[in-house]
Amino acid sequence: MENCLLKMRHIEKRFPGVLALNNVDFTLRKGEIHALMGENGAGKSTLIKILTGVYQMDAGEISIEDTAVSIRSPEDAQNKGISTVYQEITLCPNLTVAENMFIGRGNGGWVRHKEYEKRADEILKQLGIPARSSQQLGSCSLAVQQMVAIARAVDQKCKVLILDEPTSSLDDKEVNMLFDLMRDLKSKGVGIIFVTHFLEQVYEVSDRITVLRNGELVGEYLVEELPQVELVSKMIGKELDELSTLKECDEEDLSQREVFYEAKSLSSSDAEPFDFFIHKGEVNGFTGLLGSGRSESVRAIFGADKVTGGDVTIKGKHAKITRPIDAMKHGIGYLAEDRKRDGIIAELSVRENIMLALQVMNGFFRPISRSESEAFADEYIKVLNIKTASRETPVGSLSGGNQQKVILARWLLTHPDYLILDEPTRGIDVGTKLEIQKLVLKLAEEGVSVTFISSEVEEMLRTCSRLIVMRDRHIVGELKGKDLNQAQVMKTIAGGEA
Amino acid sequence: MKKNKRSFGGLGQLTIPVIALALLILFNLVRDLIFIYYLKVPNYVSFFSIELTKNNMENMVLAGNLISIINGASELAILAMGMTLVTAACGGQDISVGAAAAIAGSVFVKVLKSSSSITGVTVAIAFVCACIVAMLFSSFNGTLVAIFKIQPMIATLILYTCGRSIAYWINGGATPTVDSPLITAIGGFIPGIPVPTPVLIVIAVALLFKLIFKFTSLELFTQSVGINGSAARLNGINSTFIKLLSFIILGVCVAFSGSIGVSRLGLINHETLLIDIEMDTILAVAIGGNSLGGGKFKIGGSIIGAYVIQMLTITLYAMKVSSTDVKAYKAIVIILLVVIGSPVVKAKFEKLMSNIRRSGQSISMKGAQ
Amino acid sequence: MKMMKNMRKEPLNDTQLLMSITIGIFIVMYLAAIVFLGGGFLHAQQIFDMLNDNASLIIVSCALTIVMIGGGIDISVGAVTSLVVMSCVLYLNSGGNIIVSILLAIGIGLGFGLVHGFLISYLEIQPFIVTLAGMFFARGMTTILSVNPQKVDHEAFAKLRDMKIEIPFLGYTAKNGNFVPARMELGVVVALVCLIFIFVLLKYIRLGRNFYAMGGNQQSALMLGINVKRTRFLSYILSGLLSGISGYVFMMHTGAGNATNAAGMEMNAIASSIIGGTLLTGGVGNVIGTFFGTLTLTTIKKIVVSSGLNDPWWQSITTGGMLCFFIMLQSVVLGKRAKKKNS
Repeated sequence: MENCLLKMRHIEKRFPGVLALNNVDFTLRKGEIHALMGENGAGKSTLIKILTGVYQMDAGEISIEDTAVSIRSPEDAQNKGISTVYQEITLCPNLTVAENMFIGRGNGGWVRHKEYEKRADEILKQLGIPARSSQQLGSCSLAVQQMVAIARAVDQKCKVLILDEPTSSLDDKEVNMLFDLMRDLKSKGVGIIFVTHFLEQVYEVSDRITVLRNGELVGEYLVEELPQVELVSKMIGKELDELSTLKECDEEDLSQREVFYEAKSLSSSDAEPFDFFIHKGEVNGFTGLLGSGRSESVRAIFGADKVTGGDVTIKGKHAKITRPIDAMKHGIGYLAEDRKRDGIIAELSVRENIMLALQVMNGFFRPISRSESEAFADEYIKVLNIKTASRETPVGSLSGGNQQKVILARWLLTHPDYLILDEPTRGIDVGTKLEIQKLVLKLAEEGVSVTFISSEVEEMLRTCSRLIVMRDRHIVGELKGKDLNQAQVMKTIAGGEA
Repeated sequence: MKKNKRSFGGLGQLTIPVIALALLILFNLVRDLIFIYYLKVPNYVSFFSIELTKNNMENMVLAGNLISIINGASELAILAMGMTLVTAACGGQDISVGAAAAIAGSVFVKVLKSSSSITGVTVAIAFVCACIVAMLFSSFNGTLVAIFKIQPMIATLILYTCGRSIAYWINGGATPTVDSPLITAIGGFIPGIPVPTPVLIVIAVALLFKLIFKFTSLELFTQSVGINGSAARLNGINSTFIKLLSFIILGVCVAFSGSIGVSRLGLINHETLLIDIEMDTILAVAIGGNSLGGGKFKIGGSIIGAYVIQMLTITLYAMKVSSTDVKAYKAIVIILLVVIGSPVVKAKFEKLMSNIRRSGQSISMKGAQ
Repeated sequence: MKMMKNMRKEPLNDTQLLMSITIGIFIVMYLAAIVFLGGGFLHAQQIFDMLNDNASLIIVSCALTIVMIGGGIDISVGAVTSLVVMSCVLYLNSGGNIIVSILLAIGIGLGFGLVHGFLISYLEIQPFIVTLAGMFFARGMTTILSVNPQKVDHEAFAKLRDMKIEIPFLGYTAKNGNFVPARMELGVVVALVCLIFIFVLLKYIRLGRNFYAMGGNQQSALMLGINVKRTRFLSYILSGLLSGISGYVFMMHTGAGNATNAAGMEMNAIASSIIGGTLLTGGVGNVIGTFFGTLTLTTIKKIVVSSGLNDPWWQSITTGGMLCFFIMLQSVVLGKRAKKKNS
């Protein structure tokens, strides 16, 4: 294999109790975009972390351009031409944009601010990134921060560029910008490893796909030779014909049912005033691009941000929701968008995480007994099929999908009348995604109202009977019945005549 | 502390404090044995000897090194319990506890002095006043931390700086003495009971914590707030309240230890009462295996931590180290303890052990063949 | 937003903002002191006195600023200063040589820095605990060396101690008609050199910027290719080194060693750093701010004394109040900023 850039052979990595990678091979050629796919827990991040020197492998060999190397630290990886852009911003918010692009690089003890800023400005301009080099990074939007991270990697003249879920905080326009940038780099001979959960994006930009499953290599494929459905089946290891027939089209008219929740010109510190209602047993969804205000709106419903105005009625009675606890007392549950930041209490056990919301609702002075909480935990571990060593395992050590199930269990335990699920399927494997969608429909059948948000429109179409479309922090349309199809949704999101 | 986890060493978080305690006991045991059987020192009193003697009040009381350890650590243990809660909820420490205890002690004495005779009721009133004042001051700290979101160490630096001056002001710069058998009983022994009263108070406070944890969700909520404040808020926990509450509870602990400290000496010296105890308290929390960054906690660990520190001090005294020099030796032992407990060293050690085990296994397998 | 368009320069970052507030308040406070208390505050010597008395405090405050920017804490600085004083005094009294005594001071400081840095960076032990132990150790060693105060009795040192830099044009005419030039001790020069060196280090040298990166977000700093362990190690080495220098400067000022020397200095140093705009959370701060922080702290004490409130407890109460004021101010200012950014 000539023009082979990076070769990883027989990689093995063991964590206490887990074999995270078992005899995995990975090859990256010059000038290719290579997607690394797999469910959560497949070993993608472990492989990436070995390549970037965060972890040390237990066995195997790595060679770059046919020279065997060992990568000892992130610094070492950079020196060997391997740069990484992570999903979470890994820059320093207290430094300037220019410093973030140049810190930790090169030699010499002196920092020449002026020179750095000049060079940084050139690169930012070249890549079309809307930031000034002398700006404090913390004052930029998250998307811009991400772009700065990419600009840094680009400027490092890296041979191997690893993009770990780079698109999850970018909107479509920014994603396209990123793809242009990736193609540009590819033409310059850079090898790009692209890790993502968005299948469409893989097909749009990649040349080759390597699939991992349960820490083992499934295979390496050319994109043209691997249809999307086959890719999914390779990732989860089973045929997925049930995906398309998830929702039986019972076009029952929900408008006859009782309205559970209604808000008139509800607004919060982060959300513009909007009107909203949901029937009992209805599944509806907010859709729109990232930053369109969909998450902010549901947060306002739950009282997660400071509520600044609006009339709320629940079951026909006037209600005042200014804090999460108010919403919870009215039977509303909210699964937050950012699981790590707003969801799990990582060091507490699965049991404690599950009982948390119910305990809060019970009140400070009425603790749930140990045996009772154990019973609850066992029940939901079984019902939701949560994969955990025991109920006392710290939830932080579970995989993303299982963590999400724990939080779902937490809210289900409170027996909510209305459940808000903000991106419950983000960053988790396909199998669990399906389970969660099924669960949503089951809950609705039992009479629970559900608001479902997902960045994958497909998922929303499969589960929701009504979609509220947002653009630029305002509701721009409501789709139901026969309007509920991908084309119509896209059209409404994009604007123009509805 | 039922069902103590299957994690590391079978003791979980309590591994370090228990090992530390065991090491200290072992050290003294070995020292005893050397002195008695090897050097054959006549009239040598074992470190562990406990005897029933008459004190100057003609009471039968227990005496010995162990008793003075358990007795002397009382203030520290009580403060460590409260500090554990603050540490867990706020991810930082209150460095003003010593100064606050001086204030509480001053109030205690001031109230006692202003009454004509010291009876049970006046002592109770004095304690309640000390409690209220201490709670007020710690609510001030708590407000800075919980509402103004200031780092605990910085917020409490204010009271640390001026607390003892406030204590000075309360008693007009004097160091008044209280002379009453009641106060002596609180600081020493209650007639008829051979166990020092401060020890009884520690037990009472520990039970109080146990009850609070049993009948409220304080433990779960505090840990949630400490580990992930944002998630705790979205689950309806009022983290401001929890943080404030942790400081107020610490305030009560401060009042207890301030009053004990005053009762021991029968006077209030705002300069020296419980001086430097904040550092020992934080140390007790850390030795107890609690992360100083907040989150999960074990009150029991901190209590053991307090006794470890006191045992160390008394051991050093028993070795004729002067009280001013004790600090240097203490520092060395502390460093040894934390190095043993450090995650890096632990990981290295475990790796070494597993290597030994593996090679041991391969040898035994060879032997079997 | 409008402002930003008009200005070619960037809006102040957090460090600059907090520092500017401190400098502003210091100037206002000093002017107020001149207006209301007059007299002494008008003379330049007043400032030089403050510097002379606090040269070593300035140095340890700088040490703390470095460590705090890196997201750590070092509470051993006062105790190390004290230990250095005692060791050097005893060494000089035993007929030692000046150069060696300086090396001894630096060596002790570096030794503490080395051990602290190693334990904190490479064994990942909490900095508070490590430096607390360091503080205990240094205090204990000081009393082991000598419980009684020791006065330096060394000719060459006496010359060094009494060496004062006279600045005639800043002098004043005393009541008896004699002209008194402004006097600055050698220690102040050392302190100012340290200050400038650290300023340059933090602003223009890679290592200094790495301190900021590490304090801003440790994980990010690691991912950006900074050797975080080594950087943290060096921050404690620097802190130790500066504590050593501070000890020598302290001795040059007092000319004697005492077990209670520099008691509570670590908290004064932390307070100076905070007033100067350093955040304990790391990543924000600057030694110029710290310098003014120290001056602010000293000025307030002087004002209290000049106002006739001679009881020592007034000083600490006003210091506490001052600290409270600055801490609240910073919290409010930074809180407002964060809000503005989000909207």
